[in-house]
Amino acid sequence: MKYIYFTVVFVTASVFYAEAQILNGEGQLHGSIEVDAQYYNPDPLIGAPAVPEKMLMNTYDQLDYTNGKISAGIRYEAYQDALQGYDPRYNGSGFPYKYITYKQDNMEVTVGNYYEQFGSGLILRTYWQPALGVDNSLNGVRIKYNPAKGIYLKGIIGDQRYYWTQGVGLVRGFDGEINVNELDSAWNNIKTKIIVGGSFVSKYQAASDPTYNFPQTVGAGAGRVNITNGGFSFYTEGAYKVNDPDAINSDIFKTGDALLVRTGYSQKGFSLLLSGERIDNMSFKSDRTAIKNDLDINYLPTLSRDETYQLAAFYPYATQPNGEQGVDGEVKYKLPKGSLLGGKYGTDLDAEYSVINSLDTINLNDKATSDKGYTTKLLSAGQTHYFQNLTFEIQHKFSSDFRLVAQYDHEYYNMTVIQQEPGSPNIISNIGILDGYYSFSSAHTLHVEVQGLQTAQAQGNWAFALAEYNFGSDWFLGALDEYNYGNSTPDLRIHYFTVTGGYMHNALHITLGYGKQRAGILCIGGVCRVIPASDGFTLSITNSF
Amino acid sequence: MKKIFAFAFIVLLSIPSSIFAQTLLNSKVPATQVKTINGANTNTSTFSNNGKPIIIDFWATWCKPCIAELDAINDEYADWHKETGVKVIAISTDDARTMGRVQSFVREKGWDYDVYLDPNQDFQHAMEVINCPCTFIIDGSGKIVYIHNSYMEGDEKKLHEALLKAAGKK
Repeated sequence: MKYIYFTVVFVTASVFYAEAQILNGEGQLHGSIEVDAQYYNPDPLIGAPAVPEKMLMNTYDQLDYTNGKISAGIRYEAYQDALQGYDPRYNGSGFPYKYITYKQDNMEVTVGNYYEQFGSGLILRTYWQPALGVDNSLNGVRIKYNPAKGIYLKGIIGDQRYYWTQGVGLVRGFDGEINVNELDSAWNNIKTKIIVGGSFVSKYQAASDPTYNFPQTVGAGAGRVNITNGGFSFYTEGAYKVNDPDAINSDIFKTGDALLVRTGYSQKGFSLLLSGERIDNMSFKSDRTAIKNDLDINYLPTLSRDETYQLAAFYPYATQPNGEQGVDGEVKYKLPKGSLLGGKYGTDLDAEYSVINSLDTINLNDKATSDKGYTTKLLSAGQTHYFQNLTFEIQHKFSSDFRLVAQYDHEYYNMTVIQQEPGSPNIISNIGILDGYYSFSSAHTLHVEVQGLQTAQAQGNWAFALAEYNFGSDWFLGALDEYNYGNSTPDLRIHYFTVTGGYMHNALHITLGYGKQRAGILCIGGVCRVIPASDGFTLSITNSF
Repeated sequence: MKKIFAFAFIVLLSIPSSIFAQTLLNSKVPATQVKTINGANTNTSTFSNNGKPIIIDFWATWCKPCIAELDAINDEYADWHKETGVKVIAISTDDARTMGRVQSFVREKGWDYDVYLDPNQDFQHAMEVINCPCTFIIDGSGKIVYIHNSYMEGDEKKLHEALLKAAGKK
């Protein structure tokens, strides 16, 4: 009994102490809920398979508690079973994300799972993107420390999430950033702002291969500079990785490198942005046998425009980690309000061009000796064209109730390389889009999209139409049809018709849909996932509290 | 038995009142690191508007409804500011791929907002934002009083109503 009283006193005292010292704020409990469910009908014509479970569901539910210097959180995930298109290794449920963070003045310590990014992510970026089925969170410890004004340090160690287990490799990293203008208060008012940063990441994976002498530790380093002066901006980041034979580069013992350069000028009503990128053998995973999006330590951003219109995103580009180089340029101009073509509200013009090619490589045929695979010629574009996109967009507001967007795209898409399907045609397409919004009153609005994609390759021409009606400000009804009218096989000239309805109130969002979904590729930020064809009901619920 | 109850009671008492939590509505904006549009580190705890309301809007350069919403607010911003003293903070959720586009995007648009970058999505997670656009109103005492997820044409009128309420004008 004495022990019980002792425990009570101890617990009471320590909790009061903790309250006074650490939990000195007001406790806050936040969270979010997301449920995506689908009922599947088999449809052999569009390639939708019979799903034995009939209904599948994914859910992601987060709970975060914050009090003073402490925050902690947990995420429940369930895939019962995983929706079509998600890796079946997700089947099951559990708590894959748990963390505790302690913050004090200039220091922050996180234990458990965390997401982190050094610079642009060329050597380290862990993130969660449920739409893509990507979660490469690190599980371990992260420390952020701010030793002096303008100096920011981060250190990380951990292993990565791999579906419901952890990857076998260990990841260690360090990042330092100096904000030059913050170093001295007198420099704060200087118009030119300079930030420099550097990082180092190493991974460890035991090796015992009978044929290859795999490196157990692989290191990578990166440096970056960010300069801005009024409307002028310049950013560059370079990365280097020692030899890292893995499943993506076919186990060659070659070093990797990447360079990203971006510069621009902008002012009200005008902007110009130029970017260039070169990637050579930069796949970086915490398990050398991992494929696809599994266990990525780094992230290689894509240069090209992030298309959101359905048919403009029909053939989306995906970054080629083994090698690519490209440039992108975008100009925007706003015809001023009150000018002849600008009208009462002004007209927005936007033109963008990007081209991405292979590297110019020389094959070494050295599998039996050094096994470096190939060498590259600097500043020389490769012969293989991967992707090209030219976009024009005009947006005009005719009145306070009506605005219209028109877009034209001309695109080249190397399906053999991007979808890794040898023998596929190179797709050259022209895409036209009209997107209009009309308000009848504040609570009744109509959104209509008409799109066409014209190509002589693959499935040929497509048309797309969408109408969405928003009423009572919380409800919407929509219908869309995607029609493959140009398919060379008459039986496959299919309408993919879908109706949706939804309710939105505050943070709550409920959408119910019924119809057909064509097989395609969903890409977010150059990382892609194949979406299989399906036919049936969909239900989606999201809420935050 | 009595002793067990006594024990339970003491434990219950020892749980400080501050443990009993509040949810997102009526709570303060969580303190999280974000970046200014020039790439400098800063903290959301520095967000303030001298006792006047703040609108926090999560958006991205690739999100059409987000841009439509911020354009619509910008057309009314001067009037809203005169009425309520409101300040708009636009949080770009653009990740490593598109964060380099944000600065020129915002300058070209000529938005008069305070724009911050959240490339690692720390603030987005702390505010439990699942999809963009997501709009919050923070009242003069720093409490979240309104959350709205999604944007349809005309939703800015709803936001305006909620803003007037938050400013005590309605």
